[in-house]
Amino acid sequence: MNHPPLCEDELHAYADHRLDAARRAEVEAMLAQRPELCQAVADWRMQNAKFHTVYDEVLNEPLPARLLGEVRVPRRHMPLRLAAVVTWLALGGIIGFMLRGHVEPDAPPVARLTALPRQAAIAHTVYSPEVRHPVEVGASEENHLVAWLSKRLGTALKPPHLAAQGFDLIGGRLLPGEAGPVAQFMYQDSKGLRLTLYVRQDATASAATAFRYTEEGKVSVFYWLDGKLGYALSGEIDKAALLPIATVVYQQINQ
Amino acid sequence: MLVLQHQDIVNELPRLRRYARALTHDTALSDDLVQDTVERALSRFTLWRPGNLRAWLFTIMHNVYVNQVRAAPPLAKDDAPPELPVRATQADSLEMRDLARSLARLPTEQREVLLLIGLEDLSYEEAATIIGVPIGTVMSRLSRGRERLRALLAGSELPEAQLKVVK
Repeated sequence: MNHPPLCEDELHAYADHRLDAARRAEVEAMLAQRPELCQAVADWRMQNAKFHTVYDEVLNEPLPARLLGEVRVPRRHMPLRLAAVVTWLALGGIIGFMLRGHVEPDAPPVARLTALPRQAAIAHTVYSPEVRHPVEVGASEENHLVAWLSKRLGTALKPPHLAAQGFDLIGGRLLPGEAGPVAQFMYQDSKGLRLTLYVRQDATASAATAFRYTEEGKVSVFYWLDGKLGYALSGEIDKAALLPIATVVYQQINQ
Repeated sequence: MLVLQHQDIVNELPRLRRYARALTHDTALSDDLVQDTVERALSRFTLWRPGNLRAWLFTIMHNVYVNQVRAAPPLAKDDAPPELPVRATQADSLEMRDLARSLARLPTEQREVLLLIGLEDLSYEEAATIIGVPIGTVMSRLSRGRERLRALLAGSELPEAQLKVVK
């Protein structure tokens, strides 16, 4: 029989049960004439078995309190940090309220972050019901759309593909934002439900935040900052349905 | 935090503890290692991207461990005599002590690879990512580590001649 020659890496992969069935059968045929290799494989497998015999019991031990404490109870500095976050959020809320509708570009970052989902939701509400002109450039010209918006925002954008989530890109448009141009990508599912992804250049801040969620009227918005861009995904669907889509958007952008 | 729940980390603790125990074979040392890992993970919470949490935590643990080993009294060579403490207790079976003592005599880099693959059942690619080396390096450490461990478990100090496999 004519098989590719056996290399040592493959012998390990065989011992670790990581070869596909076809190659496994070939390796077995070759091993039949190499008792010393069979012995090596058997010894390696015995090593793995011993690891489990000796150390698997750790999996069943109760977790030490100090480790659970590390994860569950806020760490030494956490109360202070939490207090700082709460203070900033409250301050942001107050400033946001005082500046209703006219947030300046040099407003504190928190106020600007608070403004992000609101601006995104407004843009969503204005453009998503459009029947004839929901977008300026359609998805049929995706390359042009991406090149154009990337140029205007001064950074390489790539609209995520959400076909697996049931949403197709229908296109995008350029919008004016407080601090410059904003890109809006629009998606639609088979029932005509639309989502918009609002991408804002945030030159003053360079930060990463976790997902935040808010509701503006009927519109659910997940938003986050990443580097110099602010993102907001909006749609008139509930939070639980929007979260997995927002997660996919986040993953694709960070690939 | 919507993206990473603390419960997700708690779920990984048993696996982290098992690996740490096998690496150090010392309950207190290994829990220190897990604790340092979790502490560092939490402080970098915002750097975590949705994806493979287990691989991320193992990567952090690798870095913490390697730094600890480096900070320890210098070893003369890669395959210097055992420096890691093997704390024998009455509860340890003979097999356990034998394995622990032999594992402790392996260079750290070989012990890590053997355990990530043989105990934690991670893929060769994942092991390479966690340790931060090319996959070819993982394979050669696996090969040398397994042969060395074979010799140690068989009671002979010197590794047997390298296997000649290619034919």
